[in-house]
Amino acid sequence: MSITHPAPAPAPGLQAWLTADVTTSPRQASLQRFYYGWRRLRGNPTAMIALGALAALVAVAALAPVIAPGGYDDQDLAARLLPPSLMHPFGTDDLGRDILARLAWGARITLMIATLVAVIVAPVGLLVGTTAGYFGGWVDAVLMRINDIFLSFPSLILALGFVAALGPGIRNAIIAIALTAWPPIARLARAETLTVRNADYIAAVRIQGGSALRIITRHIVPMCLPSVIVRITLNMAGIILTAAGLGFLGLGAQPPMPEWGSMLSAGRSHLTGAWWLSTVPGLAILATSLAFNLLGDGLRDVLDPRSE
Amino acid sequence: MARGILGAARQAGSVLVTLAGLLALTFFMGRMLPTDPVLAIIGQQADQAAYDMVHHQLGLDRPLPVQFALYVRAMLTGDFGDALFTGHRVAADLSRAFPATIELASLAILIGVGLGVPLGVLAAVYRGTLFDHATRVIGLVGYSSPTFWLGLMGLILFYSTLGWVGGPGRLDVGFIDSIEPHTGLLLVDALWDGDPDVFWNAVSHIVLPASILGYASMAYISRMTRSFMLEQLAQEYIVAARIKGMSRWAVIRRHAFRNILVQLVTVVALAYAFLLEGAVLTETVFAWPGFGRYLTAGLLAGDMNAVLACVLIVGVIFIGLNLLTDRLYRVLDPRTR
Repeated sequence: MSITHPAPAPAPGLQAWLTADVTTSPRQASLQRFYYGWRRLRGNPTAMIALGALAALVAVAALAPVIAPGGYDDQDLAARLLPPSLMHPFGTDDLGRDILARLAWGARITLMIATLVAVIVAPVGLLVGTTAGYFGGWVDAVLMRINDIFLSFPSLILALGFVAALGPGIRNAIIAIALTAWPPIARLARAETLTVRNADYIAAVRIQGGSALRIITRHIVPMCLPSVIVRITLNMAGIILTAAGLGFLGLGAQPPMPEWGSMLSAGRSHLTGAWWLSTVPGLAILATSLAFNLLGDGLRDVLDPRSE
Repeated sequence: MARGILGAARQAGSVLVTLAGLLALTFFMGRMLPTDPVLAIIGQQADQAAYDMVHHQLGLDRPLPVQFALYVRAMLTGDFGDALFTGHRVAADLSRAFPATIELASLAILIGVGLGVPLGVLAAVYRGTLFDHATRVIGLVGYSSPTFWLGLMGLILFYSTLGWVGGPGRLDVGFIDSIEPHTGLLLVDALWDGDPDVFWNAVSHIVLPASILGYASMAYISRMTRSFMLEQLAQEYIVAARIKGMSRWAVIRRHAFRNILVQLVTVVALAYAFLLEGAVLTETVFAWPGFGRYLTAGLLAGDMNAVLACVLIVGVIFIGLNLLTDRLYRVLDPRTR
C-alpha cells in the first residue's frame, strides 16, 4: 500500500535530491533528515574539531603497525627512560619502549573497549527499555526496578565490584563496564517508547496483526535509535574514563598491553625523574574523552529541536 | 494529607525494594567468584576435614535462599565479616577509613560549590561572552579529565617541583598518631586539641586532593547552575521585575537565583555522592587512608568481604542521598506540597 505522489521534476544532482521539498521514498526522507542534521553539525566548529580528533584516533589505531612496526613491546634496555626527542617524540619508558609506539597500539585497545561496550549496551538497553515501555504494567515495574538498582551505584564502584567477582583482565573489564552502562540507555529508550506507544501508526500495525516483537523491533526501536546514539556518544567519555581507571588500578588490561590507564600507572614510580611516562598517556585519555564530550554536545544540539 | 501518607508509604516501599535488590546484587557478586572462598581462607595445603569445617562455617553447605537470608541478616546488623588482608573486622576498618574520606569529600564539595555556583550564575548572566565560553571549557576539561591523572600532575607540580603542599598521606610522618582521634576528621581533631602545627600540616596535605576532587564537582555544578539560571532568566517575571525598577543584580539575586536553589540542592547532593567514586582513584594516588583506598586494597588482595561491604555501603549512601534530596525538594519547593 504505497502512496504515490505526483513525481517531482527530477532535479539533477545528489544535493538537489537530498534537499527536495517533496520526498518520494522513505529512504529519501531518512537520508534527507540525516543530511540536514549533518549540515547543522557541520556548522558547529567544536563538534567538527572533535570529530576530526576522533577520526585521527581511528587513523592512528589503524596505522599502528606503520607508526610502530616493532609492536608495543619492543624493548631496548640501552634506551631506558629517554626524555622526548626527535627519535622518540614522547620519550621511552623504563624498558626502553617508545611511548609513541605504545600510545598508537593502545589507541586500538581504547577504541576496542569503546566499541565493544557500545555494541553490547545499545541492544541490551534498547531491548529492556522498549519492552518495559511497550508492555507497561508489571513488566515495566520489574524491569525499571532492576534498572534503578544498577543506577543506584556510581559506575566505577559497580564496575569494581564486578571486576572483583569476575577477576581482572580486559575482557572482564569490558563486561563489567557494559553491566554498568546499560541502565541509562534503557531508561532513555523507555521514555522514547512511551511517547510513541499510543501513536496511530502503532495501532495500525497492531490491527493488521503485527506481533509485539514485530512492533517493537520494526516500529519502535528505529524511533529510539537517534537519541540512543547521542546518549551513547555522550556516555562514551565516561566509559573511557572508567576503563582507564580500571587499567590504572591494575584491574583492566594486564602488562605488557599498552592500555593508557595502565601506562599512566606504570609511570608513577618514575614521577619525578621521567614525568613524560604519566603525562603523555593522561593527555591521550583527556583528549579522547574531551572529543567524545564535544561531539556528544554537538549531536545533542542537532537532534534536540529546542536548541534552535 | 492522606495523599502525603500514601506517597511516603509508596516511597518507603520502593526504597525497601531497591535495598533488597542491592543486597541481592552484592550477594550475587560474591557467588560469581571464580576462586573458592574456602581455599582463600585455609590455603591449598589444608586437608578435607578443615575444608569441610570452613565450608560449613561459611554456610556454603546450606541452600542458596538460606544463604541469602543469612547474608541479609549479617549485612543489616552491620556484620560484614573479617577482612583477611588487614586481619580486622571489615566494620572496624571502615569506621576508621570513612572519616578520612568524609573529610576529603566535604572539603572538595565546599570548593566545588564555592566556585561552581558563582561561575555558573555569571556564565548564565554573561551568556555567549568570552567568560561564558571560558567557563564552559574549564568545565569540559574538568569532567573529561581522569582525576587520577590530575592528581599525579598536581603532585609533580605542587609537591615535587614547587614544594607548596604536603605529599601523599594525611600528615607528615612525624605528626602521625600525635593527636587524639575524637571525630576522625583530622582538621577538626587538631582544632579540638588546639594543636596548630598538626592542623596546618593536615591542611597542607588535604588541599591538593580536595582541590582536584573539587574541580571535578565544580565542573558539574557550574554547568548545571548555568542551565538552571538560563531557564529562569528567560522567564517573564524577570522582565516584569526589571520593568518594576529593580536593579539587574537584585533581580538575579532575589528572584532568579532563589528559584534555582531547590534544583541546586539535588545537584550538590548528587555531586557529593559522585565524590565517593572520585575518591577511589584520588585516594589511591594520594595514599589517602580512606574508604577508596580500602576498597582498592581489598580488590587487589581479592578480599570479597571488604569489597562487597564497600560496594553495598556506597549503594546505601546513594539511595539515602536520593531520598534526602527528594524530601528536601518537598520541604523547600512550595509547589510540591
